[in-house]
Amino acid sequence: MTELSKSGATPDGAATTAVSTSGAAVGEVVSGSPASSAFLEVRDLKVHFPTDDGLVKSVDGLSFTLEKGRTLGIVGESGSGKSVTSLGILGLHTAGQYGRRKAQLSGEIWLNGTDLLSAPADEVRKLRGREMAMIFQDPLSALHPYYSIGTQIVEAYRVHHDVDKKVARKRAIEMLDRVGIPQPDKRVDSYPHEFSGGMRQRAMIAMALVNNPELLIADEPTTALDVTVQAQILDLIRDLQKEFGSAVIMITHDLGVVAEMADDLLVMYGGRCVERGTAQQVFYEPQHPYTWGLLGSMPRIDREETERLVPVKGSPPSLINLPSGCAFNPRCPYADVPKDQITRTERPELREVGSGHYSACHMSREERTKIWTEEIAPKL
Amino acid sequence: MPRVSPKRRLTAGAALVVAALVTTTACGGGDDDDSGGGKGAGYNASLNKVANPSKKAGGTLRMVGKQDLDSADPQRAYYGMSWDFMRFYTRQLVSYDTKPGKESTKLVPDLAESTAKISADGKTYTYKLRDGLTWEDGSALTSKDVKYGIERLWATDTITGGPGYIRQTLDPKGEYKGPYKDTSKDKLGLKAIETPDDKTIIFKLPKRNGDFEQFLAMPAGSAVKAAKDTKAKYTQRPFSAGPYKFAEYKAGKKIVLVRNDKWKKEADPIRPALPDKIDVTISANLEENDKRLMDGDYDVDLNGTGMTQSGRVTAVQKHKNNVDNMHTSFVRYVALNHNAKPFDNVHCRKAVFYATDFAGLQQTRGGELAAGEIANSTFPKAVPGYSDYDPYGILARKGKPDVAKAKDELKQCDKPSGFSAKLTARNNNPGEVDTAEALQAQLKKVGINVSVEQLDGADSASITGSPSVVKKRGYSMQMSGWGPDFPTGQGYAQPLFDSRFLMENGNYNESQIKDKKIDALFDKAIGETDPVKGGEIYKELDKRILDQADWMPFLYEKNITWRGSRLTNAYMSDAYNGRYDYVSLGVNQK
Amino acid sequence: MTEAPHEGAPGTAGPRTVLAYLIRRLIAVIIMVLVVLLATFTVFYMLPKWAGQDIAVLFAGKQAGAEQLEGIRTKLGLDDPLIVQFWDFIKGIPMGRDYVNGSDVTHCPAPCFGYSFRTEAPVWETLKDALPVTGALAAGACVLWLGAGVLTGVVSALKRGTIWDRAAMTTALGGVSLPVFFTGMIAMGIFVHNLGWVEIADSLSTDDSIDVWFQTLILPWIVLAFLNAAMYARLTRATMLEVLGEDYIRTARAKGLGEVVVIRRHALRSAMTPILTVFGLDLGVLMGGAVLTESTFNLPGLGLEAVRAISSKDLPVILGVTLCAALAIAITNLVVDLLYAVIDPRVRLG
Repeated sequence: MTELSKSGATPDGAATTAVSTSGAAVGEVVSGSPASSAFLEVRDLKVHFPTDDGLVKSVDGLSFTLEKGRTLGIVGESGSGKSVTSLGILGLHTAGQYGRRKAQLSGEIWLNGTDLLSAPADEVRKLRGREMAMIFQDPLSALHPYYSIGTQIVEAYRVHHDVDKKVARKRAIEMLDRVGIPQPDKRVDSYPHEFSGGMRQRAMIAMALVNNPELLIADEPTTALDVTVQAQILDLIRDLQKEFGSAVIMITHDLGVVAEMADDLLVMYGGRCVERGTAQQVFYEPQHPYTWGLLGSMPRIDREETERLVPVKGSPPSLINLPSGCAFNPRCPYADVPKDQITRTERPELREVGSGHYSACHMSREERTKIWTEEIAPKL
Repeated sequence: MPRVSPKRRLTAGAALVVAALVTTTACGGGDDDDSGGGKGAGYNASLNKVANPSKKAGGTLRMVGKQDLDSADPQRAYYGMSWDFMRFYTRQLVSYDTKPGKESTKLVPDLAESTAKISADGKTYTYKLRDGLTWEDGSALTSKDVKYGIERLWATDTITGGPGYIRQTLDPKGEYKGPYKDTSKDKLGLKAIETPDDKTIIFKLPKRNGDFEQFLAMPAGSAVKAAKDTKAKYTQRPFSAGPYKFAEYKAGKKIVLVRNDKWKKEADPIRPALPDKIDVTISANLEENDKRLMDGDYDVDLNGTGMTQSGRVTAVQKHKNNVDNMHTSFVRYVALNHNAKPFDNVHCRKAVFYATDFAGLQQTRGGELAAGEIANSTFPKAVPGYSDYDPYGILARKGKPDVAKAKDELKQCDKPSGFSAKLTARNNNPGEVDTAEALQAQLKKVGINVSVEQLDGADSASITGSPSVVKKRGYSMQMSGWGPDFPTGQGYAQPLFDSRFLMENGNYNESQIKDKKIDALFDKAIGETDPVKGGEIYKELDKRILDQADWMPFLYEKNITWRGSRLTNAYMSDAYNGRYDYVSLGVNQK
Repeated sequence: MTEAPHEGAPGTAGPRTVLAYLIRRLIAVIIMVLVVLLATFTVFYMLPKWAGQDIAVLFAGKQAGAEQLEGIRTKLGLDDPLIVQFWDFIKGIPMGRDYVNGSDVTHCPAPCFGYSFRTEAPVWETLKDALPVTGALAAGACVLWLGAGVLTGVVSALKRGTIWDRAAMTTALGGVSLPVFFTGMIAMGIFVHNLGWVEIADSLSTDDSIDVWFQTLILPWIVLAFLNAAMYARLTRATMLEVLGEDYIRTARAKGLGEVVVIRRHALRSAMTPILTVFGLDLGVLMGGAVLTESTFNLPGLGLEAVRAISSKDLPVILGVTLCAALAIAITNLVVDLLYAVIDPRVRLG
């Protein structure tokens, strides 16, 4: 599979400008106004959670931009900070967290010229669902079990549109029809438990898109689904994106999912970006050992199970005490390639390694290209 | 240092605050004189004298009680408080004098013009009725109504619960079947009573009984109008011949009596009938009842069983002038069952008498004021037959045990190292189980190992009152209390000690005494119409029981009773076991 | 793929299913009540008899002769086998019953639960008077405690860890641990005896005015509600915290719903399920008579009747009260089950 060229991920001018040129150097930009006219711009986002054991730095200095009509894939293991990023954008990072210990956010998130982090809560709330919507991983638990699908979609619509229930219901049926649910006028009254997994996710998508949002965040939208259904859902999201022209952030741990969809890719590790570029760049010239590991863990139909690379050895790092130096060094098979143990003492900056292609690795371009072309690529 | 959990500290703190609150709220701020508006007539002002004598009529007498009357039907009631209360609306040929203390036990004519004219053989009692007797509907009350009321006692499957003295005296063989099965037209088929005219009633006894007038004075001897007899349901609305009639009766909840305007004062010399209304509330919360008595919301406790522990502390400390320390004529005792070994042996019984710490039991039940005096005689002081006979030196030792003598008796009983026994106690009688356990500890010191068996008091008639059940369960000692049905030896002691009263059910001869001498003494005393001579015979009987150590009394009961400040004409009546004479009470209105 | 929609499988149960379910449940209720009654009947009528006690003595009181007891046994049918006696009792409820001993006949009209041994009144009269009192006590206390408890619990959950939360939960702990007669006596001491704000009626009947009922019941309501509200506050807090962590709450917020709507429409509705379960049980038990509360405040309800009947061995009243209590518990449980189906569409009436 991995027909990388299929979804317009071919690098062109738009792709390169879509990814901000600012890396660790965000500080140079004058804070308080968008650095560019990008539809979405995230600048040095930090999301920290205080706990009894210490400060959990789920996201620690993340920056990227995204234009309308384009899809950004954020890839990483669980705990790498990708979901927290998406929740942070929507302002849902405190969901279910009441009491004294609130998450600490800093940085800037510009959406269409509004900084979501400094805007009043109610203004952000009004944007939620209308300007930016989200599709969650498990549609069964993400839908309220006590309300019918229709009721939930109607509710989503009426928060932002002053219409009566009949109109909203019509809209809900229309949306259900659009996402491919048969007999939408009947199914609109069904409850989530009466739907199959794929149908539920379709309904979820219908609910997310009911207000024509300009930004759609899909957090592992296919993980809980059957393999056959996964492809359908991805196709649906792609079709809808074309139709509505929204910007999409696709969050996944599976490179295979974004291979078909993403224009740009952002690889996260330990709350930080380790590699960023167009899909083409990241897939064909990956510049970070962690990305190599992720590529190695992609399922291949044309290879035997036993031939696959062991993805990434070891477990994700503690977000309270990140390893010193490069956060990836304890798991990196090439940690000793750079001299003077620098991988263990110094954090690698995100550096441009190609046009709009960034990587945070101490190895030199040559060393990485050599390892990629000689050791990794042949095995894939 | 012991660790105290925060939770426990919290609870302890709360308890302290509460204790403070309760003490201040219970007595309306702790002021001595403001309870119920007015000052009490003085501590024990109702003992042998009248507190606040008055003839002023009017007002509402408010009574409260935990327990309702056992029945409002005069032929079916057996509780002393019910008998006391019934004088409001029932009348008998003779009744107890409305005078304080011992004088209250004297019988005076009520419906009758005078007490009975008794024939020389003591078997015929003749009464003449007064003029002007009426029922609450204004109809005349006749001798036939008296006869009919008494006849109801024979309808034993419907008219249950009341005393059987009259029935057993007039018709010992049970030939008459009662008015409901009576085929004669006027339903007056009982041959032992004759009513030659509306004013005359004659009783013909098969056998002499010196206490027969006492029987007639009980509510069982009340007149009932046949046309108004609703049989089993009569209790719900008795038809009044007295100064008050029922306005409302909700069993277990409320009784309201109002003046019976057909009742004529001149035809009733004994009932002062001062209040206009009598209002009785039955309320389950004893502590709350005490508080409301002390608040002045109620005037007097219907049950007359004394105040609760918390109530009496406050009452005695803060309002002593409203308190009477009543003698209830109740004797607390332990029956020693002759049919349970080794109590067939008199020495083993005596060992119990010597080993018991009477002062200890008194303390357990609440001390002299609340529990009563240490007993020596089987008779209470108010009943003729009492003497200071003290063969075991109980009073001499101030209630303390004599362990040496107890051990000596055990040796003579062939049980030098002691024996085992089962003692029953009723768990619904306040303090009885505690007392039984105290006795258990005392007897253990001489090797008598007692196990205490708790029983439900409501079951007593069918458990401790059934010799076969007692035998089956192996009970050998039974703790309980007993008061006289009427103040003579027959009314007090015969069910306890006479072998002919040993019954398969509802038995009170719990020691199961079968002593020909005692039976003979009862016969002799009952045949005696002179109360003084009768009393001497009962003294002899008491000595016999004590010498045989058949039945061990340990306390003459007393209790702390609240006398509301509004009450007038309050005095303790021996005839009603140390309650106020309800029919004499009045209230001060403000 | 398995995307094919299951057509014609409507989610909610149709009226016929509901009716069938109701009938099935009602039959179960009747069977349960019968079993409870049989057990009560056996315990109070049969066990003493098998142990050699004579029930007739309870009825007759002191000084009953053998012949008299025999008459009572015949009339009440006490010598019949257990099943016959039980059947007579059950039959009497819809049909009425005649107690016969020779020519002596007492008729007990339907619904006949027998005659009280003590008051001679039909047991039904007693129950009829006691039910409204217990009902009013239970209803008022329930409304109070559910309102106060749930509100406190929700606020506590939303303010977890704050002073508010700690204060509310400490008070709740007090409420749970203090017995009713204790708080009841204190409440009466303060509000009745000391301040005189409320006047408690000596008795309650349907003839009394609303004001009398209200004044008499207000303290019992509060005391009972205090005890239970505490538990509901803790329960609500715990369930709310759990529910607030659910994905669908996040979804609701992602839609742009306001926090109040999220809590009320989405969180609270889910949190109601466990609360309703406990509430159903509590209400059922309460309808059977709040023994301690009724004794403390002298409220003539089923609980107080039960205490009176048991202490005086008034067997027919004991049976009647037991029947009421069993019915109340069974019916409230049935209602709760039906409410489940209303709240949670996943619960099918099957």
